[in-house]
Amino acid sequence: MSLSAYVIRRLFYVIPVILGVCFLIFIIFNVVSPDPTISMLGKHATKAQVLELREALGLNRPLYMQYVDTVKSALTFDFGRSWSTKQEISEMIKQGAIPSITVTFPAFFLSFIISVALSLFVAFYRGGMLDKSIVFVCVALMSISSLVYILVGQWFFAFKLGLFEISGYEEGFPYFIPYVMLPIVITVILGVGPDVRFYRTVMLDEIYQDYVRTARSKGLGEKTIMFKHVLKNAMVSIITYVVLRIPFLILGSLLIESFFGIPGLGGITLKAVNSSDFPVIKAMAVLSGIATIIFNVITDVLYVVVDPRVKLE
Amino acid sequence: MASNQQTSKSLWGHAWDSLVSDKLTVVCMSIVFFYALVALLSATGLIVSDWSKEVGPSYAPPSSEYLFGLDIFGRSVFAKTVKATEIAMSVGLVTGILTVIIGVTLGSISGYYGGKIDEFLVWFYTTVSSVPYIMLLISIAFIVGKGILAVYLSLGLTSWTGLFRLIRGEFIRHKDREYVQAATAIGGGDFRKIFKHILPNVFHIVIINFSLQFQFAIKSEVILSYLGLGVQGVPSWGTMINDAKLELARGNWWQLAAATAAMLVVVLAFNILGDALRDALDPKLKGK
Repeated sequence: MSLSAYVIRRLFYVIPVILGVCFLIFIIFNVVSPDPTISMLGKHATKAQVLELREALGLNRPLYMQYVDTVKSALTFDFGRSWSTKQEISEMIKQGAIPSITVTFPAFFLSFIISVALSLFVAFYRGGMLDKSIVFVCVALMSISSLVYILVGQWFFAFKLGLFEISGYEEGFPYFIPYVMLPIVITVILGVGPDVRFYRTVMLDEIYQDYVRTARSKGLGEKTIMFKHVLKNAMVSIITYVVLRIPFLILGSLLIESFFGIPGLGGITLKAVNSSDFPVIKAMAVLSGIATIIFNVITDVLYVVVDPRVKLE
Repeated sequence: MASNQQTSKSLWGHAWDSLVSDKLTVVCMSIVFFYALVALLSATGLIVSDWSKEVGPSYAPPSSEYLFGLDIFGRSVFAKTVKATEIAMSVGLVTGILTVIIGVTLGSISGYYGGKIDEFLVWFYTTVSSVPYIMLLISIAFIVGKGILAVYLSLGLTSWTGLFRLIRGEFIRHKDREYVQAATAIGGGDFRKIFKHILPNVFHIVIINFSLQFQFAIKSEVILSYLGLGVQGVPSWGTMINDAKLELARGNWWQLAAATAAMLVVVLAFNILGDALRDALDPKLKGK
C-alpha cells in the first residue's frame, strides 16, 4: 500500500470515531445528565418557566435532532452561545486559546529539552547509583498530587517570597510574563517525572539493539553512540509521544488556569462545569476529542514516514 | 521420595523470588500492607472511630499534645489522616477491580474473536480514549451525583482503556499458539480457552496494571475533590489537600503536609512496586 492510500484510509477511519465521540457527549449531556434548567432557574421555578426555558434551549426537540446538532457543531465549529454569559462560544475559544498557549508552549519546550537531556544522561549512566536516584526522584515527584504543587508554589514562591504574581493575567507581550512564570515552572515539574521515565525506557530499548553493538565494535565512542545513534532512533518514539500532547497545548490545564486566574480554555471549561453551562462543556469536549483524533492520525502517519520498518497493512 | 523430587519453579515462583530479593521492593510491599491494615482497622471501627470529635482549639499547630495539629473544627489532623486511608485504599481497590473487569473482558473478547466484534470494540475504545479523560470524569460524577460512588464509577469506567489495548494485543498474539491449538484439539470451548488457557499467560499485565491503577486512583481522588465531586462527610486526602486552599494563606500548613505525606508514601510504594512487578514478570525486560 502506498503512503497516500494509507493516509486516505486512516482519514476515513476518523469519521466513525468523530461520530462516536459526538454520540458519547450527546448521551452524557442530552440524555442522562440531570435537567440543566433546574440548576439554571433554581428550585422554585414554576413548571411553565422550566418548559419555556427548555424550549428556548432546544431541549424539547426530538433526541435524534439533538444528536444531529452535536455532530453539526463538531463539523462547523459553530457551538452556539454560552448559557451563562450568552457569548458566542467560538469567540470564547478564540479569546481563550492565546492565554492558554502563553503558558503551555514555553512549558512544553522547556520540559521537552530538560526531559530529553536528563534521560540521555541517565541512560548513559544506566544501572548506576546516579541512574537509580534520578529515576527515584522522578517517581517521587510523580507521587505528589498536582494540586499540592500549585498550592505550595502559589503560597511559598508568590505569596511568601513575592517572586511571582499570585494570580491574574494581562494581555499582550511582555505584560503576561510575570503571570505565566510560576504556572510554567509548575507545568514543567509535573511533566518531567513521567517524561524522563518514558524516554529512559525508550533509550534503553535502543541501547540493547544490535546496531549499537555494531557501532561499538567499530570502535565508536560511547558519546558518539549516544548522540548519533541512540538519540536519533529514540527520537522516533519520543516525537510520536510528544505530538499527541499538542492539542492539549491549546486547551490548557484546568487546574493551573483556574488557580492562577489565567483566562484560557482550561479556566473557561472549569467555570462552565461549575455553572452547568452545557454548550461550553460540550464544545470543549468535542473540540478536544477531534483534536486528539486528528493528532492520532498525524502520529500514525509520522511513524510510517520516519520508520520504514513499520508495515502498512 | 517426594522430598527428593526437583520441581522447577513457575514464572510466579521466580517472580516472587526476584521481588523479595530486592530490599526496596520488600519495603514497598510492607508499606502497602501496612496501609491496607490501617484501612481495614479504621473501616471496622477499631481505630480512629472518634476522628470527628473536637479535641482542642481551632487550628492548633502541631505540638506534643496534638501530633499533627488540629483543623478548623478542632479535630485531630492525625486522626483524619488515618481515617482518610480508608477512602484512599477503597478508591484504589474498587477502581482497580472495575478497571480489570472491564479491560480484561473487553480486551480478551476483542483479541480472541477478532472480526466485526473486534472492530466494534476497537471503535468504542478509540472513542472513549479520544474524549479527554477529565471531561469523562466530570460527566460521570455529574450524572451519579457527588460522593464516593461517583469517585468509584468515574475512575473505574474511564481507566480501562490502557488495559484493554494491552490485553487485546496479547490475546491476538496468543490465540494461534500451539498450546491453544492443543486445547482446541481436546475439545476446549472458547470460554475455557480464554479463561483457563490464555488469561493465566497474560495475567502479569493485569497485575502490573492494577498496581499502577491503584496509585493513579488515589491521586485522581484529589482532583475530583477539588472539582467538588469527591467524597462527602468523611475525611479523604483529597478534601484535606483541597481545604488547604484557604488555610495556607493563614500559615496553617499541617493539614496539607499530613495528607500529602501520607499520600506520597503509599503512591510512591505502589509506583516502585509496579516497576518491580514489571521487571519480575516481564521476561522481555530482563537485565535492563
